[in-house]
Amino acid sequence: MAESLVELDNISMAYGKGDAAVRAIEDVTLSIKKGEFIAVVGPSGCGKSSLMKLISGLHPPFSGQLSVEGRPVNGPLKSVGMAFQASNLLPWRTCVDNILLPLEIVQPHRSRIGSQRAQYKEKAVNLLHSVGLQGFTEKFPWQLSGGMQQRASICRALIHEPEILMLDEPFGALDAFTREELWCTLRDIQAQRKVTVMLVTHDLREAVFLADTVYVMSNRPGRIVKKCSVSIPRPRDLEVTYTAEFQDIVHELRSMIGGKH
Amino acid sequence: MKREDFYQTVLPPLGFTIALFVFWQIVCKLFNVPLTILPAPSDIFAALWQYRAPIIDNSWVTLWTTLVGFALATVGGLLIGIAVGWHKNIYSAIYPVLVGFNSVPKVAVVPVLILWFGLGEVPAIITAFLISFFPIVVNVATGLATTNPELEDVMRALGASKLDIMRKVGIPGSLPYFFGSLKVAITLAFVGAVVSETVGANKGIGKLMLDAQAAFQVQIVFAGLLVLAFLGIVLYAATAIIEKRFTGWAFRGQNR
Repeated sequence: MAESLVELDNISMAYGKGDAAVRAIEDVTLSIKKGEFIAVVGPSGCGKSSLMKLISGLHPPFSGQLSVEGRPVNGPLKSVGMAFQASNLLPWRTCVDNILLPLEIVQPHRSRIGSQRAQYKEKAVNLLHSVGLQGFTEKFPWQLSGGMQQRASICRALIHEPEILMLDEPFGALDAFTREELWCTLRDIQAQRKVTVMLVTHDLREAVFLADTVYVMSNRPGRIVKKCSVSIPRPRDLEVTYTAEFQDIVHELRSMIGGKH
Repeated sequence: MKREDFYQTVLPPLGFTIALFVFWQIVCKLFNVPLTILPAPSDIFAALWQYRAPIIDNSWVTLWTTLVGFALATVGGLLIGIAVGWHKNIYSAIYPVLVGFNSVPKVAVVPVLILWFGLGEVPAIITAFLISFFPIVVNVATGLATTNPELEDVMRALGASKLDIMRKVGIPGSLPYFFGSLKVAITLAFVGAVVSETVGANKGIGKLMLDAQAAFQVQIVFAGLLVLAFLGIVLYAATAIIEKRFTGWAFRGQNR
């Protein structure tokens, strides 16, 4: 069994202080193994994004224990890559310069990038090529389509080789075909780099297709109501999404999430 | 220049300006408006030519005092704006004072400045500065406040310090606001310098107009106004060009 990278033990989290505090997450216990791909699904406003903020150390827990690589977390982790539904690329930087941004922050790259910009740039260009953005490296974000911007955004989250890749509904704003294309891109990147991924989404098919383990959260305050290991063998092809096994898992997950039908 | 550009960007403003002057001229001649009330454009242009030496001489003084005041306002406004946008506490500490200060009519401050620095260019420079730095502060602070919170999370998750976030994201992102405010500030600086000159100075367009008014040479007063309007347009255009040069990315929708 692979060593566990992230451990959450009875974690609760709240926004605000004192009596006015609003509970976002309650009694969450989970562990993420190194190289594991987990997905968190649940109704909107259930604290999925809060869980992400918590694990990356951006927001402290209210109670409970959180540790990454065996060490308790009490501040931003420094080696997390994040991408959101909006690509959030800087409009004044070209695509490749956007990808280089994390390297201007994270050590040891930070002190090297001044003198070795050419090498780093080559690395960024290679990464962009691997997600199919060849020929767009010197373009500005607004010259790219939504799907391309999202690819670039994921590259930016990966360039510094983070321990954990955090994705908050990264494909939420894309059309269905582009989305499936990007699932495959993400699948290949993860297989190649063995990076630990935490994907927050409310697309159940996306979660089941990509993840090793899917966690279902309840309505606010968010609790984990179901842990589901997806045993479909890898590498998975888009075709598996049409198999009965796949549909059954999606169906089961759907029944765990409330709402009127 | 392309023919299309000429029809679109040169002809309309030029045509409108000429039409305005022609209308003005006709009204003056038709109703026999006395020279001391409203001189016709022909009288004004004649005065402009006749007194070109003192007009150029005084315009130069107004122009450079404006520019020095504006330069100070740009640096000061940028620094205060960044400070205000940096932390909520700095904002709440100095913002009320800034608003109060901005509400004081600058004409009322000029006598004090003359008392301190004597008649000369210094009060004009300071007035230009005082009147024009506020919009820069407000805009830079607003620009910083609009920094995308998700992008801030991305940066913080990388271990970026507040200074890193400001340098890489906040300040570049607020540049369109900054340059937008410069267009407002440059015309305000101009107003400030001239206001100061009309209250008390020994040189400058404002002083020239004041003297002409005392001597009932109304056409010179209007010649001064015309020069001010012209310089205002030139300064505004210069700032707009600099803005486009530095923040072209913010105008992408327009030039595609």
